[in-house]
This record gives sequence, structure tokens and C-alpha cells, in this order.
Amino acid sequence: MGEKTGGPPRAGAGTGRPGSAGGDSRGPGAGRLLGWLFLLPALLVLGVLVAYPIGWTFVRSLFGARGWSDFSGLANYQDLFTDDDTFTALKNNLIWVLVVPALVTAIGLVFAVLTERVRFATAFKMIVFMPMAVSMLAAGITFRLVYDREPEKGAANAALVSVHDAFAEAAPYPGARPRPGSGLEPAGGGFATAAESPGGSVVMLPLVALADDKVPGRARPAAAPPAAPGQVTGVVWVDFGRGNTGRPGVIDPGERGLPGVKVEAVRGGRTVASATTAADGSFTLPERAAAAGPVQLRLAAANFEQAFRGYDWLGPNLITPAIIGAYVWMWAGFAMVLIAAGLAAIPRDALEAARVDGATEWQVFRRVTVPLLSPVLVVVLVTLVINVLKVFDLVYIISLGSSQKEANVLALQMYLASFGGGDNQGLGSAIGIVLFLLVLPAMLFNIRRFRRESK
Amino acid sequence: MTGGAAPAASAPLPAPEAAPEPGPGPGKRGDGGIHRSLASRIAGRTGGGAVAVGLVLVALFWMMPTFGLLVSSLRSPQETGTSGWWKVFTEPGQMTWDNYDRLLSDDDMMRAFFNTIWITVPSTVLVILIGALAAYAFAWLEFPGRDWLFLIVVGLLVVPVQVALIPVSQLYGDVGLFGTIAGVVLFHVAFGLPFAVFLLRNYFAGIPKDLLEAARMDGGTDLTIFFRVILPLGRPAIASLAIFQFLWVWNDMLIALIYADNDSAPLTVALQSQSRAFGANIEVLAPGAFLSLIVPLLVFFAFQRHFVQGVMAGAVK
Repeated sequence: MGEKTGGPPRAGAGTGRPGSAGGDSRGPGAGRLLGWLFLLPALLVLGVLVAYPIGWTFVRSLFGARGWSDFSGLANYQDLFTDDDTFTALKNNLIWVLVVPALVTAIGLVFAVLTERVRFATAFKMIVFMPMAVSMLAAGITFRLVYDREPEKGAANAALVSVHDAFAEAAPYPGARPRPGSGLEPAGGGFATAAESPGGSVVMLPLVALADDKVPGRARPAAAPPAAPGQVTGVVWVDFGRGNTGRPGVIDPGERGLPGVKVEAVRGGRTVASATTAADGSFTLPERAAAAGPVQLRLAAANFEQAFRGYDWLGPNLITPAIIGAYVWMWAGFAMVLIAAGLAAIPRDALEAARVDGATEWQVFRRVTVPLLSPVLVVVLVTLVINVLKVFDLVYIISLGSSQKEANVLALQMYLASFGGGDNQGLGSAIGIVLFLLVLPAMLFNIRRFRRESK
Repeated sequence: MTGGAAPAASAPLPAPEAAPEPGPGPGKRGDGGIHRSLASRIAGRTGGGAVAVGLVLVALFWMMPTFGLLVSSLRSPQETGTSGWWKVFTEPGQMTWDNYDRLLSDDDMMRAFFNTIWITVPSTVLVILIGALAAYAFAWLEFPGRDWLFLIVVGLLVVPVQVALIPVSQLYGDVGLFGTIAGVVLFHVAFGLPFAVFLLRNYFAGIPKDLLEAARMDGGTDLTIFFRVILPLGRPAIASLAIFQFLWVWNDMLIALIYADNDSAPLTVALQSQSRAFGANIEVLAPGAFLSLIVPLLVFFAFQRHFVQGVMAGAVK
């Protein structure tokens, strides 16, 4: 350590030879006593609040919920796999550990490499790094706003809906259904006639359950088209006038046609022709529709689909990806900053040499930059794994009151089991010990790295 | 690996070329290819344009959640209940200070805010003091077992608080620290110490021995050397540690959730109890969250260099 400072080498410092004397101008006795005195407050606090509790928790994990009289051996550890909530937590933690560190590191790497090419790198890094300073609680509240179910309120769904609507045409009549008894039956999201219609027939397709304002302004009073020889014609209309005076299945005065409905002719499960209704709701299928015999008529599902409303981010299925999204937002800056520092230390010559040899930018990145960066990438990954194992606040706040069971992770389950009403400190202790064991490899990694670097 | 990324970084805190610091000219690297062919330079330029646009979009995307929270905290609950915060772009008249007025006159929230300060400041000061004493001993005093003890401290860096929560709660119950600010502070000190000792020891070890010798020649004792030489020279590392610990404690929820009671609960805990009925009281949550977030952000912007160094040195915590 610190050899670069130019002072005479200090004996003992970080050489792994405890107690090696020399270099000090005083007798070893005085230093010994004083050393312990300076250490005393730290050792006291660490001993009482960290070291002793680790031992205590381990012993406690061998006892059941009722306390010291309730020796249960490894039963609490079995609960990790048999207790539903705890097992979900274990599974989710596995997902977190497998997905998140790699994802965050990859994003950080991309940002770090790309920022080298722009002039506003400093500002960019500051913005992306900023969430690191924010509490997981505040981030959790922030993201609950982002993930609101209603696209009118939640930014995530609002963005998705506007992107979706820009590419896909909205269904004209969401929620409409056929008048009961009209012969139309649900089929694949749309509706199809049970009977088959030969050429020359006029098919009446009455719909209901359409609010007045859902009928477009261009709709004209419904009119059945005249029968045309060899052709299937018909009308799609709202079989429901103001005041509900109309007769079912018959076009009454005041009932309007539905323009823009897609009508398909189906034979043997295959669509053979299609037509779109006019302003008065009438349609005429091309001759080939009924050329080979009678056909079923189907109002395609696309006419009735509910408008896309985004996803239920906080619901049971998406809660973990949603929380991971918030976590990535918080930690990408961390990975980016560490990797950028590593990147700055890569000798430019190595990159230039590769370029002179004709390597493409991608090859330079893949074959030179990444291998040279690997020590930094490992540190970032290990740090993230440790952090992800302990993730608590973010999961707790974002899933509170919605999908806590589905989002559960070990640190949260430990809290719930021991303090949040679970009333089972045995299980809580076992989870604590498991978390401890899971970070143990990282601890050894740290110690080894430290010893290597102090040589 | 650059000094920055390695916690074991030698001497004077790695002046990381890292981030937020206006470093050696951004242009230096990207288009610094004097030797590059014209074709690749043109490709670099056009690619650079696309990259720049992409990064601007990413930056906007990254700011959006925080910006959304800020705007939400400035709208009335009725409006937040029916439409998104982006409506203020078309109807700026919606902005109001009402939520903040109410928050500032809410006794519970204000007490929680001050509790946060009463928890954070002592935790930070104590960690620095106790940590620096130990770091000095590890760096400059000779005693048997020193190096092994220090390795144990390095090992403790990553210990999850979950292994200590239950026994410490019982301990606190026995000695009357449960539900007190002192209890919360003490726990933060304990779990902040390994990092503090680690960071400071590595920095202190790099202070030139000559300076210490000179002080000793002048008749200085270890205590005066500690206060007159080590602490002043160690300021950069202490600043990093202070900011890091400050943010860590300020942002904590779990430890306070367990050890604080209603009267000693900090802002994070007060807000989480409000967030059980999320939709119903967004007018408290949004400004409260912003209040709890603005202090760390100010600290971040004021001391970003130290913060970045602390984070880099603390990697693997």
C-alpha cells in the first residue's frame, strides 16, 4: 500500500506479517497498548453489534418460532424450500442475481463507451449517476407514479399506448356485441353467423352494447342493401334506438348503420373474401365469396378489441420486471462511472495498434477493450451481486399493497417473518444466515483482492 | 484497473478521471484519431451524431421519473387523481404550492424530517471519529495481530444487516435503546464502520512517513499526531466518507423501520407508512418523497467529486 508515495517502506504495513517490528521510533510496548486503545471503540461497536449478532443469529436459526425451548434443527432451512412465501422469495432472489448485475453492467458498459464519443459526457454521466444519491423509498414512490395502471396517469403506460396507437389502428367498436338471438355467435374474439348464407342473400347483423358517443358522426341511418344475384350483401347496425322502442333484429327508424366494420366470408374455417361496411352499415361481398357455395359471415375480432391500455406493471405478473426497471434506473450510473474510469486507464496505444492492424471498431471493442476492462467489470458485477442480494426497500415500497407476495425477496421475507407480523424469528434468522452465506464468496473475493493488492 | 475502482487504492484518494468532473476534454478521445483514415473519421462523425442524439434521449429518459415526481408534488390531488403530470405542459395553471404548505405544517412529517437529521448527523460524525482512530492504528501503529484484524474488517464490509437485526433488537430491548434515535444511530455506526476503517486506513497509510516522524521529533504524542497531522491531511478521504455515510443513513429505511418508534421515525419511515394507501394520499407522498430526495441531491451536486470517489472506493460494500 502506498509505496508510490515515496517514503521509506513501512514495516508491517499490509505485508501479511502481523506484528513485524521495526521502523517505529518507539518501543513496541507503547505502540501495542496505544494501538489497542485507538482500536477499542471500533472493536467494541463491531463486536457487540456485528460479530456477536452473527453468532447469535446462527444459533437462533436452529430454533423454532416459539423461542429457545423450541429446538428444531435445520427445519427453518427446510422452510426456505417448503414455505410458499419464502420459496417465492428465494426464486425471485435467484432471478435478481442472474439478471440484474449482468443487465446493469452491460448498460453501464454501453453508456461508458458511448459517452467517450460525445462532448457532453460530463453532463450525461451526472444525470445517469444522480439516482444513486436518492433513497430507494423516494425511487419507489417515483416509480409507483411511473407504473400507474391508467395510461392517463402513469408515464410508462402512457408512452406505450401512444407508441402502440401510432402503429396500430384502434378498433372502431370496442365492447360491442351481437343482439342475442340474432344468429351471431362469439368466434375467435369476433362474432360469426351460425348459419351459412348463399349468394343473393341479405344478412342482417345487429349489434348492441355501443354507447351513443361510440357511433361515429359519419354514420347514416341504417339501410339494408337490395339483394344482388350471386352476391352476399347485408347490413351491420346498432339495433338500439333512443328510448329503446325498436324491435330486435329489425331496422327501426332512428337506428344507425355502423361504418368501417370489417366483414369476412368464411368457408371451412378459411376467410375467402372480405368487405367493409359503408356509412349506412351496408356491405357487399365480392362475387367470389359465394361462388363455391354458402359462406359463414364473420365480424372480425379487430372490430371489437378493447383499446390497448398498457400493462399492469404492479400486478402479479410484471411486478418483478417493473421493480428491476427501477433498480436499473438507480444503479446504471454506478456501473457506468466505474467502467468509464477503467476505460480511461486503458492505454490508447493498444487500441490504436489494433486499429492500425485493420480491426473494425467492434473488433477493437470486443477483443481489446473488454478484455482489458475485465478486472473492473468483475468488481462491478460482484458489487452488484452483493447489493442485489440485499435489495429490500425498493421491493417493499413498489409492491406495497399490490403484489408483495409475488415480488417477495429474501431480505423482505426476513423482515416480514421477523418483524412485519410473521412472528417467526427462527425463520427470520435462517434467512439472515442464508443471505450471509450467499455474500460469503464476495467476502472471500474482497479479502483475496485486498491481499493481492497490498503485496 | 484504475486506482479508482480498487478499494485498496493506494494513497491520495484516486483522483478518478471518473465522471462528473470536467475531465481532460471530452473531444480528446472520440475523435482523437490523427492516424485514422479519412473513411473511418467520416464514419466516426456520422456515428457520433447518432450516438449524441441517442444519449440525449437516454438522458431525458433518465430525468423523467424525478421530474414527474416533482411536477406531481406541485399538482392538486384531484388533478393527480385524474390525469398525468405531463398535463401541466398544456395547463401550467395547475401548479400549486398547496401540497408543500400542508407538508410543512404537518407536525408528524416535520418531526420525521428533523429526526432524519438527528439520526444522520451523529451517525456520520461518530463513524468518522471512531473509524479514523481505528484507521490510524491500522495504518501507523504496531501491534500483534494487526494485519489479521484488518482482514476481518475487510471481510465485514459485505455483511448483510439481516444477520444482526434480530439479536440487536433484543439487545436494544434489554438496555432500553429500542425505539430511540440513539439505537438507530448506533446500528448505523456499527455497519458503517468497516467501510470507514477500510477507506481511511488505505488513505492514511499513504501519508508520507516523514511528516509523522517530524511531528514526533517535535514531541508530538500519537494523539496530537492524530489530530494535528492525520485528520487535516486525511480530509479528502474523510470528506468522501462523510458524504457516503450521510447519504447511506439519510436514505435508509429498513433499520429505522425496525429500531425507531413513532416519535423517532425518520422521513423514510413516515412516508412508507403513508404509502400503504398509495392512491389516496399522493398529495402527501409526492412532496414528502421530494423533500427526502432533495437533500441527497443537493449534497450530490455540491460534492459530486467526493461522492463519486466514495462510491468507487466503496465498490463491493
